Amino acid sequence: MDWMKFAYAALVVALLIFIFPAAKYWLKNSPKAERGDWQAFLLPISLVVLFVIGLMWIVSQ
Amino acid sequence: MSDPRLQMSSVSQASVLATNKVLRNTYALLSATLIFSALMAALSTVLHVGHGTSLICSFAALALIWFVLPRTAESAAGIAVVFAFTGLLGFGLGPVLNFYLNMAHGAQAIATSLGGTAVVFIGLSGYALATQRDFSFLGGFLFSGLMVVLLAALAGIFLNMPGLWLAINAAVILIFSGFILFDTSRIINGGVTNYVIATTSIYLSIYNIFISLLHLVGFAGND
Repeated sequence: MDWMKFAYAALVVALLIFIFPAAKYWLKNSPKAERGDWQAFLLPISLVVLFVIGLMWIVSQ
Repeated sequence: MSDPRLQMSSVSQASVLATNKVLRNTYALLSATLIFSALMAALSTVLHVGHGTSLICSFAALALIWFVLPRTAESAAGIAVVFAFTGLLGFGLGPVLNFYLNMAHGAQAIATSLGGTAVVFIGLSGYALATQRDFSFLGGFLFSGLMVVLLAALAGIFLNMPGLWLAINAAVILIFSGFILFDTSRIINGGVTNYVIATTSIYLSIYNIFISLLHLVGFAGND
């Protein structure tokens, strides 16, 4: 239904407006990453990626 | 005159105690709201709630965290607002859950996604707690990533591209996994001192990871 599409679009636009001030704040005020910080972030995120791929693989069997 | 080192030590001890209290209260409230949200989701599944009602619940939940929560977060009313917010989001899950429950392996996909979300949340929170690392440097990256995902979702509503939705769901899992690290480290490092706000943030991460994982697992199971 078209009206549902527009209603979902309105919800997404509202979310964008809601998030925008926080995004602006954190883009300006995020502390700089120190040595090793990105590695410390990428390690668990890589494990999450592998875990999700593993789950999808198990379900597809 | 008292020893300044002793004073410093008691100040840091008080700070650690305050952080532990926020963390304990956050996890207690999070557990309660997750149970409440699951009950509301079960209720909406039984009632066969439609997409229209689900959408209204999402708008109402957004209105609560936008206009009501900032005014009530410092009072006891904030707890009621968090329950209302999580209850609405849980109730809004009805159509999605019914969609999968009507599929051949839908119940399995839902159970797998629930278990997968629990593993991701416990693993990432445990990692942030164990390393005590400050992940606040991720703030700009995560929020701008979320804006990009929302813009892609806006395009996806009007473009019939299943591949785009798969990419969006994968990105949502990664971004909200980052938010779990970000939010947990902000509690540990004193960036968030209000457990009502902390609970809302972590609940949103868990909720979004669950929905996106359900779509990916459902897709993988050809549902």
